Amino acid sequence: MTPERPKIAVVTFLGSLDDHDAAWALAAMDAEAQLVWHAETELPRGTAAVVLPGGFSYGDYLRGGAIARFAPIMDAVIEFAAAGGLVLGICNGFQILCEARLLPGVLIRNASLSFICRDAMLRVERTDTPFTSRCEQGQRLRIPIKHGYGNFTGDDELLAELEQKHQIVLRYHGDNPNGSAFQIAGVVNENGNVMGMMPHPEHAVDRLLGSADGTLILASLADAARERSATLV
Amino acid sequence: MKATVLVRPKAGIKDPQGEAVKGSLKKSGLDIVSVRIGRVVDVELETSDREKALAELEQMSHDLLANPLIESYEIELLEEA
Repeated sequence: MTPERPKIAVVTFLGSLDDHDAAWALAAMDAEAQLVWHAETELPRGTAAVVLPGGFSYGDYLRGGAIARFAPIMDAVIEFAAAGGLVLGICNGFQILCEARLLPGVLIRNASLSFICRDAMLRVERTDTPFTSRCEQGQRLRIPIKHGYGNFTGDDELLAELEQKHQIVLRYHGDNPNGSAFQIAGVVNENGNVMGMMPHPEHAVDRLLGSADGTLILASLADAARERSATLV
Repeated sequence: MKATVLVRPKAGIKDPQGEAVKGSLKKSGLDIVSVRIGRVVDVELETSDREKALAELEQMSHDLLANPLIESYEIELLEEA
């Protein structure tokens, strides 16, 4: 029997800011969101997906995500991802996934050198991922960004490979807010079970607050987690 | 044992900070071709064994101090006084 509410672990690092918002939004998608402290060494039993939330873990010292990558819980997250587990990194979570080498590339300082906090228009490039199954190909999403280091880059070879292997899932539509190569706003790993995105879907879950487009991403994740937790038991 | 690790953006990787500083220097009338901004990390290690120190510095530089995807690093071991 498919469990009604799949368990999605949301990791709280020192300096995470959006862990509670992410948990709230996931609960609104009928998932059982469970906050997990960075010093834990194991994910909760029955975890069907993991979310690394936004914020400024460890003050962004050295590079965004560089220090969080060594938090005790990250070994469990890396193991979970290696086994095919679903992992979504949002903003600082995206940076952490890159630093942990779970995702290719790196996020450097915005081309403008300014912190950006506003809505961004995105274009959905793939709908065959566990994070975008509720979206339509080419769909435009309005989801806010708020970051100083969101400028996705890598060497030419890596960027060409991302295009070739269709790992770019979300692109900025229209203007490129932070200078990201190929307008990249979100990428998946080769296996398609780990995604990182700079925009914050958890901050776009209610029309009253400007947009509910983030629900498409989070509900897709909840759907996939629900399917997976059916096979976990 | 003391050491200094120099971390630099790799050639071909854009450096928005360096670009901004270059722009600012040019505005002040200087003929600047390029500016690249890196980081200096001074490290003091417990060990006084040169080989061990170098191995530790290499590992910490690769794993944490630099992101080898976009940054190169240079390790300078300072001789004990």
